[in-house]
Amino acid sequence: MVPVLVFAAVSLVTLGAAIAVVTNKNILHSAYFLVLAFVGVAAVYVMLEAPFIAVIQVLIYIGAIAILVIFAIMLTRRLMSNDMEQRNKQWIWSALGSVILFGVLGWLVYSANWPVVEAAVPKDPITLMGQELLTTYVVPFEIASVLLLAALVGSILIGREKDQESRSAE
Amino acid sequence: MADLINLIENWLETLILGWGASEELTLFILQALGSVLVVIICFVIVIALIWVERKLAGRIQDRFGPNRAGPFGIFQSFADIIKIFTKEYVTPEGAEKGFYNVAPVLAIASVLAIWAVFPFAVNVLGADINVGVLYIVAVSAFGILAILMAGWSSNNKYSLLGASRSVAMLISYEIPMVVSMLVPVLLSHSMKLSDIIAAQQPWWFLIVAPLAALVFLISSMAEIGKAPFDLLEAESELVAGYHTEYSGMKFGMFYVAEFLHQYTVGALITIFFLGGWGGPLAIQWPILGFIYFHIKTFVVYLVISWIRLSLPRIRIDEMLNLNWKFLIPVSFINLVVVAIADRVMIDLNLARWIYVGIMFGLNIFILLVSLFLAGKTSPEVERETFPTRPVAVPPGTKSR
Amino acid sequence: MLSYWVYIAIFLVVAVAVPIVAVGLPALISPKKSNKRKEEVYECGIETTGNTRVQLKSQYYIYALIFLVFDIETIFLFPWAVSLGKLPLFAVIEGVIFIAILFAGLIYAMRKGVLAWS
Repeated sequence: MVPVLVFAAVSLVTLGAAIAVVTNKNILHSAYFLVLAFVGVAAVYVMLEAPFIAVIQVLIYIGAIAILVIFAIMLTRRLMSNDMEQRNKQWIWSALGSVILFGVLGWLVYSANWPVVEAAVPKDPITLMGQELLTTYVVPFEIASVLLLAALVGSILIGREKDQESRSAE
Repeated sequence: MADLINLIENWLETLILGWGASEELTLFILQALGSVLVVIICFVIVIALIWVERKLAGRIQDRFGPNRAGPFGIFQSFADIIKIFTKEYVTPEGAEKGFYNVAPVLAIASVLAIWAVFPFAVNVLGADINVGVLYIVAVSAFGILAILMAGWSSNNKYSLLGASRSVAMLISYEIPMVVSMLVPVLLSHSMKLSDIIAAQQPWWFLIVAPLAALVFLISSMAEIGKAPFDLLEAESELVAGYHTEYSGMKFGMFYVAEFLHQYTVGALITIFFLGGWGGPLAIQWPILGFIYFHIKTFVVYLVISWIRLSLPRIRIDEMLNLNWKFLIPVSFINLVVVAIADRVMIDLNLARWIYVGIMFGLNIFILLVSLFLAGKTSPEVERETFPTRPVAVPPGTKSR
Repeated sequence: MLSYWVYIAIFLVVAVAVPIVAVGLPALISPKKSNKRKEEVYECGIETTGNTRVQLKSQYYIYALIFLVFDIETIFLFPWAVSLGKLPLFAVIEGVIFIAILFAGLIYAMRKGVLAWS
């Protein structure tokens, strides 16, 4: 009974925060509510007995990505005006499309055959994950590193100032 | 008497069970009481630490600290609390009310939340989760967010600039902190804090991995914003940084968060590198473990204060250079060398003291090599030299 | 194990509630004499001019981007560090390759002068 109540509370907070993200007029306040939504998702991960993923969620999403988003918002002065239009003329059609999409997705999720594992969560999941990551899945492990390198190089190329480009070209 | 804390807990448990509460409710009430106790102890510790800091600062700067309010000024902190409690909350115009008030609470909540996982003794544990180390790093992220929130919602351009600079500094120094935290995790093969302490019992990680301890100390001092990294409070540059527009107890919360963060960093260094609650007879008498933990934490706190009161502030570009060009490469190379050495020596199955000696030697070697390379690659600074020392003389007297 | 997280949840609630009480209590007992002068935005004693939301440098964003990449890298390194005891030496080399690839990225960033505070 109590886990159901806790899950209901956490989902309400997460969904409420998500709605606040989308409907808020001030984009920075939307970013703060996005952080709250991330916290809710991390709580759901904890309830699913995946604490490593929950902690990574907080660490990466709130500790890095939310800060990135907030910096991006603070850098763009034009976004900070509070009178941006929330809706345009075609909002009825997009609302209809969203409701249909929600219905289809909900029906898919409800009627799918989710494989259920009856075994208990292992006592030491992180050691097991590390072992799997380094033996069975070692190629994706290294490719993840290459992907991160590509992201790093890309962000450097995009983020450089114009005069730095000309300076290093000489 | 030896196991005082658990004794009290068992007595309380039988008391509440005797009142007819169910098993889970008893556990819930005990956990709630425990957390309230830890939080209140944290606040009390901070009150004492503020007095220690001011006295120590006074003595290092060759003056008395506060010595009016009571003998040796020990009631100074209480006087300050009473003053801060009765100050008026002056909210700047145009500040975003909700987030302006949330920021100080979030700042101190993020530091308090770290105390949930600390093991104080062999069987006095908070929450011994098996992602303890990552939890600590994740919770610090909320502190960073609180600073951004405070800087922006104050509606003050200096708060905003101060907050942005301090967030840039904080996120930069988080990488060497996390990478040097990986070294104790690697050496003890677990992320649980109690396992890390248990793996240190004969030989502390300070001796096995001194370079990681040094990098962790430096990056933690940057994380808590203490000199030489205290550009957040550089009064001559940015007034008071992100907490310029806060007054009264809201500022008090930022202030308490800063001191508590320094003490928490001391506790982290104790757990990761100084053996936590370990010491003579700590396992048989857990109350001794609790005392050792706090003594070690306090010693590290004093070391951080000592460094803070002795060094001048460094500029932000020098500070970020130090991070990206020195600390991050050094911490990664340290991690790689320790990982390879650990794996090789586990296979060789050496005696413990040979293992410790080789690790220590490797760390010192890496430190010396990196200092040498850093000295080589930094440019020579042209300093103006005078033939004689310029001496300021009053007008009308003969100059030397 | 889940009971540990219940303790953390209780602790977080307490850790948020006690400062709220500590901040809320002075609001009841402190004076509330607000006037226009006191609530002006602070600028070392002079009147504030111009927009209070100044333009930040783009350098902050680059730091945040590079920090994000290295943060994700450390996330991958945690399971590696925990499970090293049970794996052959080759696993250590795999981790070293992982670190080396991103270390090369860091050297590239340093060479391009992106990490300097202009």
